Amino acid sequence: MVRRPSRRARIAQWFVLLGVAAAVWYLFSNAAENIGRRNVPFGFGYLGNTANFDIPFRLIDFAPGDTYGRALLVCLLNTLLVSAMSIVTATLLGLLVGIMRLSTNWLVRNLALGFIELVRNTPILVQIVFWYVAVLQTLPGPRQSIALLGGILLNIRGIYLPVPVFAADAATLGWVALALLVATPLAWRLRLAGRPIGVKALVLPLLALACVAFGIAHVDAPTLQGFNIAGGVQLPPELAALWAGLSIYAAAFIAEIVRSTIQAVQHGQREAALSLGLKPGLVLFLVVLPQALRMMVPPMTSQYLNLIKSSSLGAAVAYPEIFQIFAGTVLNQSGRETETFLIVMAVFLGINLSVSAVMNWFNRLVSLQVVR
Amino acid sequence: MTEAAASAVRAPHKLSVEGPGRGWRVLVWLHRNLFSSIGNTVLTLAVVAAVLLVVPPFFRWAVTNATLWGVTKSACVGDGACWAFVRMRLPIFIFGLFPPGERWRVVLAFVLLVGFAIPVLRERTRHRWIYLVALLTVFPVLAGMLLVGGVAGLPFVDTNLWGGLMLDVTISFVAVAGSLPLGILLAFGRRSQLVVVRTLSVCFIELWRGVPLLTVLFMAAVMLPLFLPHGITVDRLIRAMVALVLFNAAYMAEIVRGGLQGVAEEQEEAAASLGLSWLHVQGFVVLPQAMRIVVPGIINTVVDLFKDTTLVTIVGLSDLLGMVDQALKDPAWLGLATEGYAFTALVFFVCCFAMSAYGRSVERHLRRGHATTGVRKR
Repeated sequence: MVRRPSRRARIAQWFVLLGVAAAVWYLFSNAAENIGRRNVPFGFGYLGNTANFDIPFRLIDFAPGDTYGRALLVCLLNTLLVSAMSIVTATLLGLLVGIMRLSTNWLVRNLALGFIELVRNTPILVQIVFWYVAVLQTLPGPRQSIALLGGILLNIRGIYLPVPVFAADAATLGWVALALLVATPLAWRLRLAGRPIGVKALVLPLLALACVAFGIAHVDAPTLQGFNIAGGVQLPPELAALWAGLSIYAAAFIAEIVRSTIQAVQHGQREAALSLGLKPGLVLFLVVLPQALRMMVPPMTSQYLNLIKSSSLGAAVAYPEIFQIFAGTVLNQSGRETETFLIVMAVFLGINLSVSAVMNWFNRLVSLQVVR
Repeated sequence: MTEAAASAVRAPHKLSVEGPGRGWRVLVWLHRNLFSSIGNTVLTLAVVAAVLLVVPPFFRWAVTNATLWGVTKSACVGDGACWAFVRMRLPIFIFGLFPPGERWRVVLAFVLLVGFAIPVLRERTRHRWIYLVALLTVFPVLAGMLLVGGVAGLPFVDTNLWGGLMLDVTISFVAVAGSLPLGILLAFGRRSQLVVVRTLSVCFIELWRGVPLLTVLFMAAVMLPLFLPHGITVDRLIRAMVALVLFNAAYMAEIVRGGLQGVAEEQEEAAASLGLSWLHVQGFVVLPQAMRIVVPGIINTVVDLFKDTTLVTIVGLSDLLGMVDQALKDPAWLGLATEGYAFTALVFFVCCFAMSAYGRSVERHLRRGHATTGVRKR
């Protein structure tokens, strides 16, 4: 027997490694044998084959004759689109509900609490399916479209938003806007006449916004023409349902994060600001919220990651995102289970790892550092 | 202003004798909580208006104009909800296609679950771990015999017939019972000083946490047969259960790890200096204290897991949501999606809200008892 604990532990871990390796080898030899029996060699070359299906909603051109590789790109963009839209709305809604939760007004406070409890305690899949089947599919046809504020039309074919049309020579302005955006974090770090620029750098993105606004020639609003809606941009009901479901579900969790981080800001900070004569609203926006936002970054990151993963539930409402098309249509058409699943998992792992890398970088940027 | 409030204003000297009256206290509360400033008053009125705009029509739909009794859709007249649909389908929503004559077995299994779970969940229980071990070993055997059958004169019931809420509860129980022990092992693995064990644990945990549950469920449904020897097939339900166990073990591991980190290092050192081996230190000193801290976190995970069991619908099992989906396609009861999904949401809300409320009460209890334990927040 080996007496020394450290040596015993080292021997034990080699046995663990051996056991895991044996198990993995057993599983993979089975898989290799099963794949071999199928006479379809393992490989990702099939991504170059033509895909004989259509993708009803896409951001870039796709036709039934294109390759699986192009379909992958289309689906990836769809996944990213719904995730990005939901992250923005969930954050804004969550911030609003979280602040409402801390209101001195009893009604407002408890309304927010009711919303959070209702949303957090029902499955997200039920919510998405509810929005799709019970709300969006019961809307009237195009001729009886419901007109919302700002020229938005709502009917059974989805949500129609007005879009700005840019003038032909607006490209230069676009590049200027992009340059301004890129310059913002750099300007933040710069010093002007010995003093840091800091928050004043936020003028640059505003200028960029002004550049974009200047380039708009006219607004293309959706209007009824014959039996259909012309103009504007159409969000199909699948996208709208997934967007609503993901945003509202994540907003409830984000609201709780907002509430707990605001409460975690030291009480002295609020008292000091109040004693300086700031109004309660200003205390919140100038003193408490900036400090709370710092603490929010890590828990918000994990909520964002959850949201991106939940976007795979688009499969339940047939939104053509990566899971719906690849684990469904492509898998059935090509018969390549292993490769297709590896792709789907790799895509989600890739998105998640990049988002958490960006958020970690952002966290380092905003977290309090000891000045040397 | 009420009489008491008015008199309190007119005669302030009386306040010190008998205190402000009830009406005055109500007024003070209203002023502080609803009408403290102009902005607040506007907000209050806006919320009241919004509530008045939403709640009465909803109440009319759900209660006043709703139809509960009736056996066909033609019984549902008017613009109210058609709860008759839910009432007629209730047995299917709860038991799935479980043979009607055998449904008492599901009920009995559920009663057993409650019976075994109560001593584990009660606030004051001595030797709680004995009951926990019973819940995780004796109960599954009994429940399995009851549900599957084929023994002791009980007819065999194929898992294809399982469905509805009963499937959600069964899958959740298996997932918790399987993922908790595995999660504890992984948590120790991730904290281990042995490089190989730590790396393997980290890889396992991060892999499952990085991909959506739906992918894992689908992979179990489609790919698991690929990794097994040719000719061996595994039940569809068991595949989904394996997926949920592995997936949730990663989340449990992270929660337990948080608890392990929350136990003061001195506890471990003191136990080691008494001559206890590593296994005894962790098993008798560290883990019991860590598990106390992580109970609220575990309950949160259980709530998430219970909600996530609805995803098995997408891989072809018929849980409550799946049963409702199927019932909505019945030509005799078309156009009742709102009722169906509202019922599903209500069932899940009641279960999850009860569980979260229990979790919060445990949390409060723990916070009160913090001063006397060796547990330290880090």
